[in-house]
Amino acid sequence: MARAMVSVPARARRGEIIEVKALISHVMETGHRRRQDGSVIPRDIIRRFVCTYNGTEVFRAELHPAIAANPFIAFSTIALESGTLALHWTGDNGFSVTESAAIVVE
Amino acid sequence: MSRRLSRREVLRAAGAGLASLVVVRPARATPDTMQEAIRQVVGPARITPGRVTLELPPLVENGNVVPLAVSVESPMTEADHVRGIHVFTERNPRPEVLGVRLGPRAGRARVATRVRLANTQSVVAIAELSDGSWWSASADVVVTLAACLEEA
Amino acid sequence: MAPGPPGACRAWTRRWRLGVALGALALASTVAAGEIPLAQRRSGYDFMSPQTRAMQDDDTANPGLLWVLEGEALWRRKAGAAGRACADCHGAAGTSMMGVAARHPAFDATRGRPVSLEQRIRTCRTDRQQAPPLAWEGRDLLALTAYVARQSRGVPIQPVIDARVQPFLQSGRAFFERRQGQLNLACSQCHDDNWGRRLAGNVVPQAHPTGYPLYRLEWQSLGSLQRRLRNCLVGIRAEPYDYGAPELVELELYLMWRARGMPMEAPAVRP
Repeated sequence: MARAMVSVPARARRGEIIEVKALISHVMETGHRRRQDGSVIPRDIIRRFVCTYNGTEVFRAELHPAIAANPFIAFSTIALESGTLALHWTGDNGFSVTESAAIVVE
Repeated sequence: MSRRLSRREVLRAAGAGLASLVVVRPARATPDTMQEAIRQVVGPARITPGRVTLELPPLVENGNVVPLAVSVESPMTEADHVRGIHVFTERNPRPEVLGVRLGPRAGRARVATRVRLANTQSVVAIAELSDGSWWSASADVVVTLAACLEEA
Repeated sequence: MAPGPPGACRAWTRRWRLGVALGALALASTVAAGEIPLAQRRSGYDFMSPQTRAMQDDDTANPGLLWVLEGEALWRRKAGAAGRACADCHGAAGTSMMGVAARHPAFDATRGRPVSLEQRIRTCRTDRQQAPPLAWEGRDLLALTAYVARQSRGVPIQPVIDARVQPFLQSGRAFFERRQGQLNLACSQCHDDNWGRRLAGNVVPQAHPTGYPLYRLEWQSLGSLQRRLRNCLVGIRAEPYDYGAPELVELELYLMWRARGMPMEAPAVRP
């Protein structure tokens, strides 16, 4: 059960640059580690993170195994209008999680 | 912007004619594989050091989780903004770390995350601007405990 | 110095120096064998880099809070044959659980000995909720412990020490001061005598459990105090007692008493 924490200011002034922080629980198994018997533990990572703002993509990231477990990403976007920021993580083994945050822009 | 052919696609095309070709990946990235990975993203364009700031602690307490931030000087307007930010390492098992796409709606060209660093090494950040120019910064990090190559 | 023949003077000086040296050694061992003076106690937080501290301080970026979030969901979820959620008996955790983690391990009258917070949660799970036991160091137990411990953030550590608890506290103290393992080291030798110095690239902390359960960068996960204690025991090549073993609970009790008055930081971040 993946838990995600999204931090978006609840309110902002129009045109203000706001910071978005996203944290999600995920082991980010690199695919380089080996078990005691020498077999490789298969890669299992989040590969893509996309943020849309009222449907328009405003940020996208491709993640590689070098991103630490429980990936954290912080980025900014301009508060243009009230609505919803949708954050979407996808990855290996059909991993897919979406979290939303509302923002009021005055 | 036209998409560059990945090495995999070139090899697949070559492999169609050379069925016995075996590709052996190095166990760890080297400065050469890092340069190759950077060229995969940038192509033949010139990369100029500057305009990019790479924030990393000089001495990390644990290579498993290293806070990293990249920021690029840019007005982030429609006419002049940062299109992409890419991060690479010299000595992790693979050189690619992160590839970010942004645009004028970002307001500010800055991304922060946490990365794994397997060894004391250099980290490189590349920025692509809307005018097609490429800029870079690099930082040396001392890692006292290895991260990626741990036993399960 | 009294006047006398030159030879006698030198002999006296030699004995005097030896006496001073032995005295200094005796004094040093007495001082070294003691506790850290209360005013000199520092949380592991103080020994961390600014970046790791920032990770702990930011509630929107502290990875330990992912477990707290899960714990909050588990707190409200009905479980077991009794079909009860923690909330059904305990209400809002912010009220009912405030200070609880700061007072554990606590004496359990039915068992006649102190129990850790994890043991208390496991007991509730099986006895009150009539649900299968929560696995030691499993995701659910860690999440619930993290959620409960979070409600004590900022509360000074204050385990209740009365006549019943005293023998267990002394036992925990003896464990802390006893040389063990193939490396024949006592906890006190590093954490009382050599805190602040470096060992293999990392600073030796004073070993106060102010932040547990915590997100350890080395684990890339949240973990309990007992997980850390077991790691340490493996480190000195000593017996890593099972989770819930009386030795570990007594050691926890002593560590909490040793940290009395220091504020809880759970869930902390540590290298």
